[in-house]
Amino acid sequence: MRKEVYITDYNCVTPLGFDVASNWNALLQGKSGVAKHKVIENQEAFYASIIDSEKLEEEFNKFFDNKDFTRLEKMFLLSLKPLVERHNLTEETAFILSTTKGNISLLKNKATLPEGVYLSKLAQKIADFFGFKTKPIVVSNACVSGVMAIAVAKNMIQAGRYKDAFVVAGDEISEFVISGFNSFQAIGSQPCQPYDKNRSGINIGEATAAAFITGHCEERSDEAISNESFSFKISGDSAINDANHISGPSRTGDGLYASIKNAMTEANVSAEQINFISAHGTATIYNDEMEAIAFNRMELQNVPLNSMKGFYGHCLGASGLLESIISMESALHNTLISSKNFEEMGVSQPLHIIKENQPAEIKYILKTASGFGGCNAAIVLEKC
Amino acid sequence: MKKTDICTIENSKIIVNKEVIFESQSKVFSEFAKEAYKSLELNYPKFHKMDNLSKLAFLASEMILKDGDHSKTAIVLANKSSSLDTDFKYQESINSQDNFFPSPAVFVYTLSNICVGEISIRHKMQTENAFFVLDEFDEKFLNDYSEQILESGKAEKVLCGWVELYQESYKAFVYLLTN
Repeated sequence: MRKEVYITDYNCVTPLGFDVASNWNALLQGKSGVAKHKVIENQEAFYASIIDSEKLEEEFNKFFDNKDFTRLEKMFLLSLKPLVERHNLTEETAFILSTTKGNISLLKNKATLPEGVYLSKLAQKIADFFGFKTKPIVVSNACVSGVMAIAVAKNMIQAGRYKDAFVVAGDEISEFVISGFNSFQAIGSQPCQPYDKNRSGINIGEATAAAFITGHCEERSDEAISNESFSFKISGDSAINDANHISGPSRTGDGLYASIKNAMTEANVSAEQINFISAHGTATIYNDEMEAIAFNRMELQNVPLNSMKGFYGHCLGASGLLESIISMESALHNTLISSKNFEEMGVSQPLHIIKENQPAEIKYILKTASGFGGCNAAIVLEKC
Repeated sequence: MKKTDICTIENSKIIVNKEVIFESQSKVFSEFAKEAYKSLELNYPKFHKMDNLSKLAFLASEMILKDGDHSKTAIVLANKSSSLDTDFKYQESINSQDNFFPSPAVFVYTLSNICVGEISIRHKMQTENAFFVLDEFDEKFLNDYSEQILESGKAEKVLCGWVELYQESYKAFVYLLTN
């Protein structure tokens, strides 16, 4: 019998708030972090979900004296701090950091690599600040990183390598990323509309999110875990490659389909048992269509589904963890959140896209993501 | 868990299971890679479009995967410099407002897991994959992670290892794990 692994605490730092409660309230009111911003000098403004730097600075200064941190590092520290205060760090505690580009902004106009652009240095700096005792693990799998980081924590705890793990995921808006997605002509001219007929592309976002993940063991029995204010079992996970194209999703949804299938098989749940899908929904035609095909192949077309991108934009390496956290909040509040900016069906296959916030019993959550490199990831979370 | 078929690439040499199968005088990685591609008769034109990290990972995995069925072989790779080699080149294309030419063909390689995608496409591997960034090669970590994939039944073999490259400094150490 394999060890069970649970998420028992989390936090997030986004344009909608610096803790989970403020984010949840903003989502209930339909607020979005997406607005028009000038990101690159001498270039047009883009719709993006950006944290107000002054507010971030103010929040950071409330809790931290040390100023020697980049903007992204400050976001990481703020999201992790409350979790580190509530849970013990031991020799058997893992520190897992998910990011795609880390401190890439430091590279601008540099002739050699600044140390801070190494993802392992970034992770070590955060780890040292909080006094983690194990070597940090960085998960960098494009846009599925945040979902995978949860799976990595589960798998390494099951492997017996660690007893528990702090997982943190983050990416910030940069010229680097905006110019790149713009060169692909993937950036929307409007606030993004996942799955909608009139969608025009993605909005990039930024956020950090953190979770505490723990295994059942002698010190942390099932009773101890059930004494936490909440717990979600990570019942299944998988990350399957499309083996099709490095920058375009599979037209058949093969990789996502197989990821969902594996995760649901491991979790031992059927399509009828899944109560809610937190999908990737970037609002590009190819991604949304691919997802619709994969969900239909799994007979999940009647399960209520949303994309959080209309609220937060696409937060790259942070999105999977952030959206998992919001899904768990949905389950705890028995409330499904609408898929913002969706009006008219814009994919060829049926999907049950949530149009209005509504009450619902949520026990099993399916969270998915897909990204460059043909990667896909799926996890099943079970409310305990 | 058994470790079979080990490929090492460093100092302009490709070594498979302790045997040097290709060696070049070229100290420049891209030249070395091109010569290796020709000499080993790889016949996969997409190779030339890849960035250097993907070329390195591709060459190392090619030596191990060329024979056999890999429909149930997962890929677990790691390195230190993520995609910084290509990140640096991409950044140079956007540093100046007067000379601002971001290229999608370069940008797509500014993610370290793209090399895993390239290997997956080459061998039609719709399988579990993961890319980690670590301060140094940690074989035990990668093997522990791979073992979980094997034990859960999500794969029967794992292509595992280290693919590090920044400018002219590179090393690949890739191997196959089976139960």
